[in-house]
Amino acid sequence: MRKLLFESLFRQPFTEQAPSQNDAAVAELATAVGRAARRQLGRSLSIREVDAGSCNGCELEIHALNNAYYDVERFGIRFVASPRHADVLMVTGPVTKNMRDALERTFLAMPNPKWVVAVGDCARDGGCFAESYAVVGGVSQVVPVDLHIPGCPPPPTAILQGLLSLLDRAANNAATP
Amino acid sequence: MPSLIDLTLEGRKIQQHGPWPRVMVDASVWEFAASELAHGRWSLLGLWGEPSTVHMAIMDGATAEIAIISLDCPDKAYPSVGMHHPPALRLERAINDLFGLSAEGLPDTRPWLDHNCWSVRFPLGDRINALSDPAPYPFLPAQGDGLHQIAVGPVHAGIIEPGHFRFTASGETVVRLEQRLGYTHKGIEGLMIGANLERAVKLAGRVSGDSTVAYAYAFSKAAEAALELVVPDRAVFLRALLAELERLANHLGDIGAICNDASFALMHAHCSVLRENVLRAANAAFGHRLMRDIIVPGGVIRDIGDDGAKAIRVMLDNIRRRFPALVELYDNTASLQDRTVDTGVLKPELASRYAAGGYIGRASGRPFDARRTLAYPPYDTLRFEVPVLNEGDVNARVWIRVREVEQSLSLIEQILNRLPAGPTGTHAGHRREAREGMAMVEGFRGDVLVWLRLRDGRIERCHMRDPSWFQWPLLEAVIENNIVADFPLCNKSFNCSYSGHDL
Repeated sequence: MRKLLFESLFRQPFTEQAPSQNDAAVAELATAVGRAARRQLGRSLSIREVDAGSCNGCELEIHALNNAYYDVERFGIRFVASPRHADVLMVTGPVTKNMRDALERTFLAMPNPKWVVAVGDCARDGGCFAESYAVVGGVSQVVPVDLHIPGCPPPPTAILQGLLSLLDRAANNAATP
Repeated sequence: MPSLIDLTLEGRKIQQHGPWPRVMVDASVWEFAASELAHGRWSLLGLWGEPSTVHMAIMDGATAEIAIISLDCPDKAYPSVGMHHPPALRLERAINDLFGLSAEGLPDTRPWLDHNCWSVRFPLGDRINALSDPAPYPFLPAQGDGLHQIAVGPVHAGIIEPGHFRFTASGETVVRLEQRLGYTHKGIEGLMIGANLERAVKLAGRVSGDSTVAYAYAFSKAAEAALELVVPDRAVFLRALLAELERLANHLGDIGAICNDASFALMHAHCSVLRENVLRAANAAFGHRLMRDIIVPGGVIRDIGDDGAKAIRVMLDNIRRRFPALVELYDNTASLQDRTVDTGVLKPELASRYAAGGYIGRASGRPFDARRTLAYPPYDTLRFEVPVLNEGDVNARVWIRVREVEQSLSLIEQILNRLPAGPTGTHAGHRREAREGMAMVEGFRGDVLVWLRLRDGRIERCHMRDPSWFQWPLLEAVIENNIVADFPLCNKSFNCSYSGHDL
């Protein structure tokens, strides 16, 4: 273990932050998220994730946000275990009828102010599962959605970009009383 | 003792079913098969319904023969298999929920997928409108002094799929775990009915996101078996390439995540980087990080270019260089070993009775791997080993996955070196009459089974059985006598699919 830790001390970090051409998007996010989140929420944004019936593809990409390349925690964005600690409810999947109640209750358990981010194509309108007897439809059928991030599943950078636009909007709304 | 072949001779063989035989049998043959399953002579591969028929896929472990037997049940009842052979229990409960066919003698008649929220009962059989009125679910009792219950889910603490776990504990020790699943039931088999191949393969690829390649692969193979299509060589190899990349990404991610559940974050951080490397290489080669919607009936819709092959080779070199140090770290960290060794032991008898697939079976002495046992192309011509251990604990499951990472690295290299030239697909065509096919493909988690009947270019019925069906119940068994705090560790070492199971 010592060797691995030692190597990590001297190796370049994996985290993509340098404003090189390709990674401009991530770098831009880093500064913008920082500014907007700080204005509205201090230094942190806490997200509670709920899978309302997804295929688990979106979960994989949301997980990836935590790896060393994307490292969302450096922006003050972190995933929390309880809805009581959350500012943002991140919902994936078409909402199944069997999950409708649990999703609603999770939303109600969150303190205000709160935002809902729907992730993935199914979360918009049920996607390819829309006409099923077991599916309610998109997330907005059950809880009010502030932002939708499309993709099947959206790659981690797209999810980060989505969170940024939400923060900007929240900040603008706060600025105009 | 009759073999599986003898059994199939007793029934009426269905024409146009490939590659394994399907026969209509009477109730006595059905019950005989159930008793052979119960005595461990055969393995249950799947059990599914139609509005007035039940089907059971069986494998003779000794000879790897496979057959499907079907029983007509015009009066909506059939002799229970689960009564003799517990792995069929949940499948029979699900058949009742979806089709209204009842298994006579089934010891557990509680609904399984139906949480009474659909506004309809028996959605795929004779539908009855119903008021949605979720009633409390009667959990099985556990009795004794000082027992307490812990209810977890369906919304869990992490970024995970939904399901409910009801623990009964004595102090810290788990006395009984009971799962309640079905929360992510999307009615995929209902959506399949009437879908054309193009839509159906998309749905198949969305049964379980982490196995999107395996499902599209199994679905396509089943459709090709039904239509007697021959897939061009290049596509056969590209499919295996996709499947191995998926296996590699999932194993790397999960090895780290298991260690993370033992609070060893360093492994997790490093493994996540390797997983991300695989996904980026997949994106460079196939234009999608999870390689979704690339395998279709007839072949693949996207060829790999020189840049893509190069990206994969760079990734292989990188993982070959960095993974051994992580394996050594896992092996030499006493505090981590203390958590994983002897934790969550799955006994080989149980793994074999449930025909547990994937690393769960192979860590408990069941050597089945569809790539080897069924030897579907191109695996019949590739060199690889199937690692098997007998300990059955969390540690053994980690080691099987470590070894499978090494095998997948080698397989990917072999495939890239031998990738034949030529077309990547053939037209699926159109057949007017009913044709049926079945396929089994080894996903990272175990064998994915798809059975379907096509008529006039559309799906008449399609059943997809995730390996998790036979793995979830075993998790209930292995957690017994472990401490509650080790549940996440055991659970992650199984990593069953909720969505694949709930369908």
